[in-house]
Amino acid sequence: MAQRTATKIKKGKDVIALNIIAYTFTGLIALICLVPFIMIVTGSLSSEAAIIKNGFSLFIQDFSLEAYKTVFEQPMVVVRAYITTICLTIVGTALGLLLQTMTAYVLVRRDFEWRNFFSFFFYFTTLFSGGLVPYYILINNTLHLRDNYLALLLPLVFSVYNLLIMKSYIMGLPDSLIDAAKIDGCGEFRILFQIVMPLIKPALATVGLFIALAYWNDWYNAMLYIKTEAKYPLQYFLYQRVNDIEGYKKLIANGTVSSQVVSSVSLPTQTLKMALTIVVTGPIVLAYPLVQRYFVQGITIGAVKG
Amino acid sequence: MSSPAKKKNGVKGFFKKLYKYRVFLLMLAPAVIYTLVFAYYPMTGIVLAFKKYNYNGGIWGSPWNGLDNFKFFFKSGQAALVTKNTVIYNLIFIVVNTVMQIAVAVFLTEIRGKHYRKVTQSLMFLPYFISWVIVGVMAFNIFSSDYGFINRLIVSLGGEKIPFYTQPTWWPFILVFFNLWKNIGYGSVMYLAAIMGIDTSIYEAAAIDGANVFQRIFKVTIPSIMPTTIILLLLSVGGIFKGNFDMFYNLVGNNGLLYQKTDVIDTLAFRALISSNDFGMSAAIGLFQSVLCFITVIFVNWLVGKYDRDYTLF
Repeated sequence: MAQRTATKIKKGKDVIALNIIAYTFTGLIALICLVPFIMIVTGSLSSEAAIIKNGFSLFIQDFSLEAYKTVFEQPMVVVRAYITTICLTIVGTALGLLLQTMTAYVLVRRDFEWRNFFSFFFYFTTLFSGGLVPYYILINNTLHLRDNYLALLLPLVFSVYNLLIMKSYIMGLPDSLIDAAKIDGCGEFRILFQIVMPLIKPALATVGLFIALAYWNDWYNAMLYIKTEAKYPLQYFLYQRVNDIEGYKKLIANGTVSSQVVSSVSLPTQTLKMALTIVVTGPIVLAYPLVQRYFVQGITIGAVKG
Repeated sequence: MSSPAKKKNGVKGFFKKLYKYRVFLLMLAPAVIYTLVFAYYPMTGIVLAFKKYNYNGGIWGSPWNGLDNFKFFFKSGQAALVTKNTVIYNLIFIVVNTVMQIAVAVFLTEIRGKHYRKVTQSLMFLPYFISWVIVGVMAFNIFSSDYGFINRLIVSLGGEKIPFYTQPTWWPFILVFFNLWKNIGYGSVMYLAAIMGIDTSIYEAAAIDGANVFQRIFKVTIPSIMPTTIILLLLSVGGIFKGNFDMFYNLVGNNGLLYQKTDVIDTLAFRALISSNDFGMSAAIGLFQSVLCFITVIFVNWLVGKYDRDYTLF
């Protein structure tokens, strides 16, 4: 009995030590993950003069909404970028899900003898690729998609990685389900849409969110293929604005443009950058608590399947 | 079983199957056409690596120039620099990320406070959701000479400003930091899943044998998640010649002062195409990278196969 309490106390000590380490470590990392976000929020709510004087910090300095006012001076510019991104995300996610589910469904069907051939056909594209230049020429010169929304839509609509996640979900369904449906005389499309799809809702949510996130955060394809400012999606719009501001500063530094000219335009540059970032990131951070669960599920599936 | 039958039927059998599978093939058609156009057709474009590209000639009409594109790439010393940078960065990323992600996963499972665990995990996952464009803005907030948080801190403590954006010295640390920052939550979820899968009776046995919590972690948890870890490690080694363009371009951009320490294969290929319009050289760099990637993946897959046949990719 005495020995038992002794081991209990001993156990208690190392548990406490571990708990202190665990809580501190995870807390610290969570904080480090959060700090850059806080700096953007506080920066966007500070006055330009205070930022120039003191630099960025964790606190709001001399509260001001000037930067947000500047962002929304021409609200249509931001709204247009928003509409572009939202439309792309919705259309792209819907199309991508349809494409990926339909393909995955066929590739897991055991009575389809050619499924291994086709699986390899898709898989091989992850092993070897033509690289940037042939793709660039394909979009620009062969398909003539320069400055076309399709150049933003098509590159992200299908991915073998998402196909694999989808496949592993559908593989989890019992074969007897599909067999029974076939005996009842269901066609393949009906089995897919009315029996399989309702059963893999979590997979649709997960893969759908992966696709949606890829569209929402895409700036790369816009940089390569979109030249008209009015067609910029949100992230590239932000990228351009941030770099414009930097460009201005360089011009001032080089003496090409007198600082008076610029200050007469009075761009609240640093805070404007922050406010723009908030406007662009806001929705995804707000939606984050709702969708996080599905991401975790998706990654877990990925981890199990390797 | 079916192969002798298939042989017997020959071409006729093939068409019979084509008819039998018509619905499946119809369902596959969009993805197959997509993949042919966007993945297989561009593969033929690698011939550009051996050509002097001009717009009118296009891929097929432009004149050949042998290995000139490669010669320039290798002789200028850029090939060695960017390949070295790409590989070293990826190796450091892999080691740092893996160690930290496992640490986070292990500690998160030890935390009893449900809310604390949820909140910290959510915060760590948050950076995964934002674009690298935004990370670029954040980096500027922290490291800029004029307004950066760190430099203001140094100055207020009476120190000398560090010109981060003109000195390459610090960039390996900055890049490793942000790469970890963005991926720590995402990666730790995978290890968390692996830890959840450990048979609890092993823990009970360890407790009866009088193991303390640290022994439990190092003797039970870590060895138990080794299979997952090794597979994930090997998979990331497969991409060792792929630079994360998104990250390097948004954090460094076209800042030539930093290239010595920050230029990777992907950023060089991009600049050769977009800034210097040298399609041939960019294609050569791309082909060089594709071949290296292909060889590594085949090699890694063979290694994975030796370790555990179930996890091979093909």
